[in-house]
Amino acid sequence: MKKNTFTTIWKSNFTTYGIVLLFFAVMMILMATGNLSRLMRGQLVPICAYAIMAASLNLTVGVLGELSLGHAGFVSIGCFGGGLAAALLHDAGAGELVCLAGAVLAGVLLSTLAGFLIGLPVLRLNGDYLAIVTLACCQIIKSLLTNLFVGRDESGLHTGFLTQPEGVAADAFVIRGSQGLRNAAVIDNFPAAVVLLILCLIIIYNLIDSKSGRAIMALRDNKIAARSIGINITSYKMMAFVVSAAMAGAAGALFGLSQATVLPGKFDFNMSVLILVFVVLGGLGNIRGSVIAAALLTILPEKLRFLADYRMIIYAVVLIVVMLMRNSTVFHGLGEKIQGLLRRKKTAGSPPRDPDTDPAGKEG
Amino acid sequence: MDFLSNLVNGISLGSIYAVIALGYTMVYGIAKMLNFAHGDIIMVGAYVCFYAVYHFGLPGWAGVLLAMLLCLILGVAVERLAYRPLRRADSLAVLITAIGVSYFLENTAQLVFGANNVFFPNLFEAEPIRLFDGRLVISVVTLASIGICMAVMVILTLFIEKTKLGKAMRAVSEDKDAARLMGISVDRTISVTFAIGSALAALAGVLLCSAIPSLSPMTGSMPGIKAFTAAVFGGIGSIPGALLGGLLLGVIEVMGKAYISTQLSDAIVFLVLIIVLLVRPTGILGKKVQEKV
Amino acid sequence: MKKKLAWLMLAAMVVTVLLSGCGTKNSNTFKIGMTGPLTGGAAQYGIAAQRGAQIAVEEINAKGGIQFELKVEDDTHDAEKAANAYNALIDWGMQISLGSVTSTPCEATARIAAAEKIFALTPSASSTSVTKAGGGYQFQICFSDPNQGSASAVYIKNKGLATKVAIIYKNDDVYSTGIYESFKTKAAELGLSVVSETSFNDDTDTDFSVQVAAARTAGADLIFLPMYYEPASLIFAECNKIGYTPKFFGVDGMDGILTMKGFDTKLAEGVMLLTPFAADASDAKTKSFVQKYQEKYGEIPIQFAADGYDCIYAIYEALQKCDAKASMTAAEIGALLKDTFTSSSFSFSGLTGSGMTWNAAGEVTKDPKGMEIKNGAYVGLD
Repeated sequence: MKKNTFTTIWKSNFTTYGIVLLFFAVMMILMATGNLSRLMRGQLVPICAYAIMAASLNLTVGVLGELSLGHAGFVSIGCFGGGLAAALLHDAGAGELVCLAGAVLAGVLLSTLAGFLIGLPVLRLNGDYLAIVTLACCQIIKSLLTNLFVGRDESGLHTGFLTQPEGVAADAFVIRGSQGLRNAAVIDNFPAAVVLLILCLIIIYNLIDSKSGRAIMALRDNKIAARSIGINITSYKMMAFVVSAAMAGAAGALFGLSQATVLPGKFDFNMSVLILVFVVLGGLGNIRGSVIAAALLTILPEKLRFLADYRMIIYAVVLIVVMLMRNSTVFHGLGEKIQGLLRRKKTAGSPPRDPDTDPAGKEG
Repeated sequence: MDFLSNLVNGISLGSIYAVIALGYTMVYGIAKMLNFAHGDIIMVGAYVCFYAVYHFGLPGWAGVLLAMLLCLILGVAVERLAYRPLRRADSLAVLITAIGVSYFLENTAQLVFGANNVFFPNLFEAEPIRLFDGRLVISVVTLASIGICMAVMVILTLFIEKTKLGKAMRAVSEDKDAARLMGISVDRTISVTFAIGSALAALAGVLLCSAIPSLSPMTGSMPGIKAFTAAVFGGIGSIPGALLGGLLLGVIEVMGKAYISTQLSDAIVFLVLIIVLLVRPTGILGKKVQEKV
Repeated sequence: MKKKLAWLMLAAMVVTVLLSGCGTKNSNTFKIGMTGPLTGGAAQYGIAAQRGAQIAVEEINAKGGIQFELKVEDDTHDAEKAANAYNALIDWGMQISLGSVTSTPCEATARIAAAEKIFALTPSASSTSVTKAGGGYQFQICFSDPNQGSASAVYIKNKGLATKVAIIYKNDDVYSTGIYESFKTKAAELGLSVVSETSFNDDTDTDFSVQVAAARTAGADLIFLPMYYEPASLIFAECNKIGYTPKFFGVDGMDGILTMKGFDTKLAEGVMLLTPFAADASDAKTKSFVQKYQEKYGEIPIQFAADGYDCIYAIYEALQKCDAKASMTAAEIGALLKDTFTSSSFSFSGLTGSGMTWNAAGEVTKDPKGMEIKNGAYVGLD
C-alpha cells in the first residue's frame, strides 16, 4: 500500500515535469521553424514567472490553507532586489546567465527575509484577518518601493528614500522612485526560465511529499487535531509561508529582468488577486493545475485581442463561467454530457489527469 | 486649529469609508463571503444618480432612490446568477467569482458610461459651515454621511435584532444547514441581504461622489478595498465595528498625510491596521471565535 | 471531472483563437499600429488618442493617394502588456508605429521599436526615458516632461505670477514626477520660492484636504499642478470648499477640465496652463477637428485626441516627402521616416503647434501656448 502511494505521487509529479518539458519542446520547435508569433515569444518567460508565482502561492493557499492577498509584495521584492543585483553584476561584466542567477539568488534571499519578518507576527492571525494583513503588507511594500531610489556610478551606490540622492545622473539609477526598476539589460532567456520553473516545482513537490508537507496539510485540515499529535503549528506554518515567499522572489527576479522597466505599482492588490485566480482555477493544492492555469490565463487575454472593446468583459465572463462550471451543481449535468462528447473524440488538448492522484487534492 | 481641521477632514473621509464598510460587513456577516464587487456596485449607483440628475434633471433625492432601486436589482441579480450556484462551493471559489463580477462591472461600465471621468453634481445645495474665520470648514456632505451612517447602523442593528427576517439572517449566518432545518429559506434570506447591501452601496456611492466628485468606472475599486480594510479593522461582521473602523481609517489616513508624509500615507494606514490586528486579532469590536475540533 | 471539463473548454478556446485571425493586406496601404490604455484607470487617454488618430486616418484615406490602416491594441497602461500588444502589432504586419500613449508602456515599446528599427511617433508619452529607450527611432509629438516643468517655472517667474509657490504632484506617476522635478530644479535656479511640496498617488487620489491645507498654511499664492485634469478638478473643489483662492498653474494634462461632464467651470476660473491644444480655439483646423470628433463620438476631444490626430498627419506629410512605398518593410520605411523627420527641411504644423521640428533624439521643438481660463473658456495669455 505504501509503495503504491509512493508510485502514484511519483507518477503524478513527473507528469507535471513532463508537461512543462513538452511545452518547452513545442515552443522551441516552433521557434526554430519560425512558426512562433512574436507575441507568444515575448510571453514565454513571463509565463514561466507567473507559473512559479502561482505554484508558490498554492503552497500558502492550497497546502497550508491560509488565504494570502499579498503575494505580489514578495514578487516585487524579488523583482527589485534581483534587478539591482543584476545591474551590479552587469556592471562588473558578468554574462547573461550569471546576472540572471545572481538576480534570482538575491531575489530569493530578500524575499525569504521579508517572508520571515512578515510571517513572524502575522501568521498568528487566521482566515480573513490574515488575508487583510497580507494585503496590507503588499500595499506597504509598494508604497516603500515607490519612494525608493538606488543609483550606482563610479563612486559607488547611492540610495535615497522619499527624495532622490543629489548629484546622481538619471542614467545611473537602477531603481528610481515612480519610474520603477530600470534594467541595464533585458534578460529574456526561455530555457533558463524553464529550468527555474522545474527547480521550483521540484522544491515544492518535495516539500509537499515530505514529512513536513504532511504536517502542514494536517494543520490545514484540522489545526487542533494536528496540535494534539505534537505538530508545532507555528514553525510549520512559517515553513510553508517562507518557502512560498522565497519562490515568489525568484519569480519576481525572473519576471523583472525580462522586462525593460517595471513600476512598483505593477505589484498591487490586483496582481495578488491575479495570482490567486491562477491558484483557485488550477485547484487548491494542485500544483500542476496552478502552472497550467497561469499559462492559460496569461495567454488568454492576449488571444482575446480580436474582441477589441469587449475583450476584458469576455475575460471576466470566462472567469465567472469557469468558476461556476467547476463548482456548481447547476452545470454538473451539462458538464457530464459535454465531457462525454469530448471523450469520444479525444484530442491532444488536455493533459491526462485524474483528481484522485493529486498529491494534495482538496475537495472544494 | 490645523489639528482640528485635519480631524474634521479625517472624520469626513472616514464617514464615507464607514458607509461603504457597513454594506460590506453586512454581506460578509450573513453570507460569509468577501464581496469584492461591492465597490463596483457603488460605482454603478453613483453613475445612475449622476445620469438621473445631470441628464434627466431629476431632483437629487429621486436620483438617490433610483440608484438604490437599480443597485438593489443589480445586487440581487448578481447574487442569483453568480453567487447562488456556488453556495456549497469553497469560499475561495466565491471570492474569485466576485472578482470576476468586479471586472465585468468595471469594463461594462466603461462601455456604457465611457472612460472619461465625470464630475458629480452637488446634491446638497446648502453652504458648508465655516467656523473660526473660515479656518475650519465642515461640509454638508460630511454631516449627511455621518448622520446616514448612524441612522443606517441603528436601523440595521434593529432590523437584525428585532425582526423575523433579521432573526433568519442571524440563523443563516450561524449555520446554514441548521437554519434550513428550521424552515428558513437560506436562498431568500441571502437574497434579501444582498438587496439591502447593494442598496446601501448605491447610497454610499452617492455620498462618496458628493464628497469626492470625480467619477469614473474605476471609482469604486480603491474605496472598496479601503472599506474592506475598515470593516476588518472594526471586526468584520460587526456593524458598529464597521462604523468605528471606517472613521478610524479616515482619521489615520488624513493625520498620516498631515503629520508624517503625503508620500507614505498608504503605508501608514496599513501599518496601523497591522499593529491593531496583532494586538486584537479579530479587529477592534470583533468577537473571538473559539476554535472547535 | 468538472475541472477537466473547464480545462478542456479553456484549451479549446485558446486553440480556436490561435488558429484564427489572419488578415489580408492591401498593397498601397501602410499599416500603422499603436498601443494605449483602452481599459482600466487610464483608458480615457488611450481611447482619445485612438479616436483622434482614427479621424485623421479617415480624412487621409478619403483623399486618395497614400492609404492608412490603423490598429490600436490595449496595453492597460502597463509596460508588460504594452510589449505584448506591440508584438501582436508586429505579428499583424505593422510598418509604422505611434508607439504607446503613456510613458512607461512607451518605454517598453520604444525598446522594441529600436531593436526592430520601426519608426515610432508617440502622441503623448512625454518622459525623456521614452526617446532614450527608442535609440533614435522613437519620436514624440508632445513636449517632454522636463521641458514643460522648466518652461512653467520660467513662465511663472517672468510674468511675476507668484512669490510663494506650492506644488502638488502625483508621486507614483512618471509624467507628474518628471515635470515636478524639473520645475523644482528650475525654480531653485530662478530664485522662485517653493513653500510646500505635497503628493498623492493612485490609491490616494481622492482626498486632497491635507495637501490644500498645507499650501494654504505655507501662505502659497500659486499652486503648481503637474497632473491630469481629474485630480486637479478635486483640488479646485477642495479649495473652493475651504474658501482658499490661490492662482493655479497647470500643464498640458489639465486640458480636458472644461469639457469634463458635469464640471462647474467656475471652479477652474483663472487657472493658467501651458498647453499646445485647446478644444475651443478658433482656427479652422481645430474647429473642423472638434466638430468631426463630436459628431462621431459625442464628446469634446481632449489634448490626447489632438495629439493622435497630429501624429497621423505628421507621418502622412513625411511619407509624401520621402519615397516610402507600402510594399517596403517596416525597417526600410523606418530609416526613411527617421531621416525625413530629422532633416532640416521638414517641419509640421498641426493642431498642437505650428512649425514643429525634431532633433535626432526624437524630441520635438515647438512653442508652448500660455492659456488662461476665463468665463469657462481658454483665452491666450500673450
